[in-house]
Amino acid sequence: MVPTSYYILLSAALFMIGVLGVLVRRNALVVFMSVELMLNAANLALVAFARQRLSVDGQVIVFFVITVAAAEVAVGLALLVSIFKSKQTADIDEVSSLKG
Amino acid sequence: MDLILFLITAAVALIGAVAMLLVRNAIHSALFLLLNFGAIAVLFLLLQSPFLFTIQLTVYAGAIMVLFLFVVMLLGAERIEDSTDRIAWQRPLSLLLGLALLVMTVVGALRGGAGAMPPSGEATASFGDPATLGALLFTRYLLPFEITGVILLIAVIGVVVLNQRGRHTAVTKPPVGD
Repeated sequence: MVPTSYYILLSAALFMIGVLGVLVRRNALVVFMSVELMLNAANLALVAFARQRLSVDGQVIVFFVITVAAAEVAVGLALLVSIFKSKQTADIDEVSSLKG
Repeated sequence: MDLILFLITAAVALIGAVAMLLVRNAIHSALFLLLNFGAIAVLFLLLQSPFLFTIQLTVYAGAIMVLFLFVVMLLGAERIEDSTDRIAWQRPLSLLLGLALLVMTVVGALRGGAGAMPPSGEATASFGDPATLGALLFTRYLLPFEITGVILLIAVIGVVVLNQRGRHTAVTKPPVGD
């Protein structure tokens, strides 16, 4: 058997890579992919703890997270296409109309 | 045996995630993320969650990644980062903050008592089988389940409204009669 802490460490590492992706990359699509990576890391931790406690509730929560992530991706990509139509770029540094 | 499988899959997941971060082309990023999703699906299987394994493969690796690849190719946004970074000082700072976050999460996870071995044997026989999950979804989690239905409906309506034809031109068109 694999100790739960190994899964948690992997989940923390994946989450950190996702955070770095959001902070470092400038392509809005890659930033969005990094957000998905963070959601996946959180899902992994949830499933690992569900296994540890033998409670299926954790898996139900992961099911909900995946559903909401699918809705979020659909709306987010529609927003990106809309921004690209008006600004002709997907570079998040170029989209700064709201900057004071 | 489990440990060897876990180590190989974890290595694949980490390689996929790091490569997604490092490659310049957004298409390659999406494909490396697909590798990472596949590895995480295998980890779900190792954690005795066959239902989530299927959902991960169909929804994440299937639907969501196809949507990503489609939009990247539609916009032609593969290489928009070739221009120089105007706020380059953010990069080392974000590395530092990311490492600090990693240290904090690792310390927090290890102090939280996650080091124990998961239970095995008789107790795990019916754990995580789709029938148990379905029964929970339609009893204790019925309200959240219905709310996700509403969320999906709102997402569909939102996407249609956002991409309405002629919405942008209608706003900028001068009023008739000027």
